[in-house]
Amino acid sequence: MFQHDRLNNELTFWQKVKELDYILLISIFILSVLSLFIMYSTDGGEILFHTKSHFSKLVVFFPLMILIAFFNIRWWHNLSYLFYIAVILLLIYVSFFGIKSSGSRRWMDLYLFNLQPSELMKIAIILCLAKYYHRVKIENVNSVISIMTVITIILIPIIMVLSQPDLGTSILIASSGLIVLWLGGVKIKYFIYSFIVFLISLPFVISFLKPYQKLRILTFLDPDRDPLGAGYQIIQSKIAIGSGGLEGKGFLKGTQSYLDFLPEKHTDFIFTLFSEEFGFIGSVGLLVLYSIIIIRILRIGAISRSNFSRLFCFGFAFAIFIYIVVNLSMVLGLLPIVGSPLPIMSYGGSSMLATMIGFGIVLSAKINHKQMIA
Amino acid sequence: MIKGNSGIRKTDVINRRMFIIGAAKIIIFTGIIARLFSLQVNENKKYLTLSDKNRIREWKLPPIRGDIVDYFGNVIAGNLKVYQLHIIPEQVENFNYLLTRLKTLLNLSDKKIEKIVKLKNKLKPWESIIVSENLSWSDFLKINNYLYDLVGVKPVMTISRNYPFSETYTHILGYVSQPNEEEILANETVQERFVPGMKIGKLGLEKTLENYLIGTNAIQRYEVNAYGKRINQLEHQKGKQGLRVRLTVDTEVQKACGKLLNDRAGSISVMDIYTGDIIAMYSSPSYDPNKFLFGISNDDWALIRNNPLKPLVNKTLAGLYSPGSTIKPIVALSALENKIVGPSFKVKCTGKMELYGQTFHCWKEKGHGFVSLKNAMKQSCDTYFYEVARLLGVDRLNITAEKFGLGKKVLGDYFDFEKPGLFPNTKWKKNNLGKGWVLGETLITGIGQGYTQTTPLQLCLMTAQIANGGYSIKPRIIVDNNPTSLEETKRKLKEETLYAEEKKLFENPKNIKIVQEAMFSSTNELYGTSYKSRIDDPKYQFAGKTGTAQVKRISMRERELDLKIEQIPYKDRDHALFVAYGPYINPRYALSIIVEHGGSGSRTAAPIAKELFKLIIDRDELRNKQKNFEEIEI
Repeated sequence: MFQHDRLNNELTFWQKVKELDYILLISIFILSVLSLFIMYSTDGGEILFHTKSHFSKLVVFFPLMILIAFFNIRWWHNLSYLFYIAVILLLIYVSFFGIKSSGSRRWMDLYLFNLQPSELMKIAIILCLAKYYHRVKIENVNSVISIMTVITIILIPIIMVLSQPDLGTSILIASSGLIVLWLGGVKIKYFIYSFIVFLISLPFVISFLKPYQKLRILTFLDPDRDPLGAGYQIIQSKIAIGSGGLEGKGFLKGTQSYLDFLPEKHTDFIFTLFSEEFGFIGSVGLLVLYSIIIIRILRIGAISRSNFSRLFCFGFAFAIFIYIVVNLSMVLGLLPIVGSPLPIMSYGGSSMLATMIGFGIVLSAKINHKQMIA
Repeated sequence: MIKGNSGIRKTDVINRRMFIIGAAKIIIFTGIIARLFSLQVNENKKYLTLSDKNRIREWKLPPIRGDIVDYFGNVIAGNLKVYQLHIIPEQVENFNYLLTRLKTLLNLSDKKIEKIVKLKNKLKPWESIIVSENLSWSDFLKINNYLYDLVGVKPVMTISRNYPFSETYTHILGYVSQPNEEEILANETVQERFVPGMKIGKLGLEKTLENYLIGTNAIQRYEVNAYGKRINQLEHQKGKQGLRVRLTVDTEVQKACGKLLNDRAGSISVMDIYTGDIIAMYSSPSYDPNKFLFGISNDDWALIRNNPLKPLVNKTLAGLYSPGSTIKPIVALSALENKIVGPSFKVKCTGKMELYGQTFHCWKEKGHGFVSLKNAMKQSCDTYFYEVARLLGVDRLNITAEKFGLGKKVLGDYFDFEKPGLFPNTKWKKNNLGKGWVLGETLITGIGQGYTQTTPLQLCLMTAQIANGGYSIKPRIIVDNNPTSLEETKRKLKEETLYAEEKKLFENPKNIKIVQEAMFSSTNELYGTSYKSRIDDPKYQFAGKTGTAQVKRISMRERELDLKIEQIPYKDRDHALFVAYGPYINPRYALSIIVEHGGSGSRTAAPIAKELFKLIIDRDELRNKQKNFEEIEI
């Protein structure tokens, strides 16, 4: 008990600094610097808007991550539900007063950047469910009330994000939520049942999709059906990646990118540019870097005493993994095109903010990994 | 403790489940890496090609046409630097201001301005608009002076076809101009090398020799962005100029022909009687082909098209005329060859001849009295030839005439508009008109009237083959690679005749000689029809035969009136013809002259020959020296 109490005591500042996971921190830092170089390349080898903006966001959010790390994990545990509700409120706010752009209402104007609350929901849902499963008794995990509760927690934001409309982000929110459900111990048969139900209802779901979303699916199945229209992005993306070869065309020499053949090269298709310029070797290197980050996060989860930390770290690690997989599969032509950024690399403040908050909480979990949460 | 237990059990669950997805994660990452590998390593070549196809765009530049030169190497169809004015819209600061400036500087019409604005809206901002295709030097200077004020304007130097002798060669060379779609599709080479702004041969040798003259495109490779804008030049591949074509024609003679015809409707052809080289081939009136290069103005076009003397028709090749009396050497030869008449055979000419109640008049009302072949030819006695033709029959005459090239194209495929003409026989009439031949028609065929239709070049070839002693030659207008001396050519002609029967146009060389002598007397003896146009100097002395082709039947009344040529309406006047060869001793050149509605051959056509022979024979020496001058690739 004594030990227990001692561990619940606050660490000193220097102890916290010592306890930071430096491998994770350095990996994130390398990734950030790399993302700046790639942004510089998307600007055509000049320091233009995107590079400057990306840089300024890194300058704000990287320290924010460290700041978050220095708060006790208990604190984040206590704030979890509140954070979830706050993000829900933001979602409600944008659905009325949000900035409308290319047909969907997703953003709210903050002075520094346009905030996309749905991106924050990716983290909030993990936090919220991690706290829920931390608190619920193992015997009750598969009770009707419990299942209904978590489904409600997941469905509310998904419906709101879908109505923006933003299919990509809602899929990512759903998968983040489902991962925590899985980790929390929801019976496997439920997952199988709901998967079967999903398959059966798929045709109905498709009939509810917007025409452009249907087009994306058709295009995914056969990109050449409209090579200058809907299939253009994926064809050009594959050309860029494929032409990169083993070693790549070299930094700032990606012709597909700087001759504007690549669409959305700052955001969703950033990997395409990276892969064109740095080739197979570079791409695998990037995946290795991401893997290090994920493995470090998983390790932090594994050494955490509290199940909240454990659930959050595992959940967040797999969420990041899914972001990467969805993004890469999309640019490689393995999945239909859904808007999903590549963590840290892609241009976009909200995504970076959410990821940095996640990293911060993970770092906090590391610092306080011996801490129990009641 | 229960809670603690629960916590531990929960931890176990979490850890177990983590490992399950951990494994899934490894599989998925492996899958992604495999996909990357297949795209970037296995299919790298394919995508690299696609990426290059994306970014590299080729621009073909118009090929440079080959020159056409005359026998002496003077360029008669060449290329000229021209100055053009382009606007590059994306560089223009104020388009309206620029247009008003250009309008005042170059005196552009409102219509032109409208056109430019329309083009500007159609083209991409970096595609240049051609304001003027052919800027005069003074305009070019003006633009260069004000260039600081004309942002976005680019003076460009380029190459355009040019015909330095303007109308002199129009009917031989034709001209080049912008092709329409059909014309591009009609020729595979053109289709392959076509670029906007390129001009192709529309007529004449420019059209026939298109594939030799066209040249190959220069190619510029540019890197372009996704919107097609050129980013930078990667490579410039030079094109090859089209082949240089050397013609047999002599510009001095050709020019002289034009001058002698002096815009009267007509034609002059001059031919080497051994090689078949065409020294000159002029159809009058002509027009300036340079006007067609940048699109002819409506006024100019109307002027050419509506000219009653029909400048658009190449009269040498596509003009069909009754040969008139110029056919008589062939009639005489045919009769001699068929042994119908001998040199001493005589006919009494009373000025007319009756046949089945129809009267056939001689041109000389009083008649020539008793005439032999030589005298009949000399004075062009129609009665004599009526009688000879009657005895000979049209079918035998037809055989001789066709042997000498009548009724057949002379230059073959070089000019698609060339007409074969016609020399009738009984079978032809039966097949084509469905009626039997009438003897009266034989009579008028014997003096070159009736169904017979010949082109001036055919008459020239006919004369050349009489002049060379009766050997078949193949006329040509393009110099080939085997220059031979005169002796060689003559020997070859004779040798070939031994083996190829069709080369020999006579049975007995004496007969040709008789006809030649008769033609000589016609020009060089008193009472000869072209006696007035003779040249006594043996160096230039020539033999010829006049012809006067009726364009309508002469009525009794008109015959009685005996009007002077000036009193007859232009359309009804006779065509004046003359065929000749010279020098009489050792002949070398044959010619044919036609002046449409020129009246009598002896008065209008023969004097032209006199002028021309002096020039042709003076230039003969130069021509012989010129022989081997360069290899030609055609």
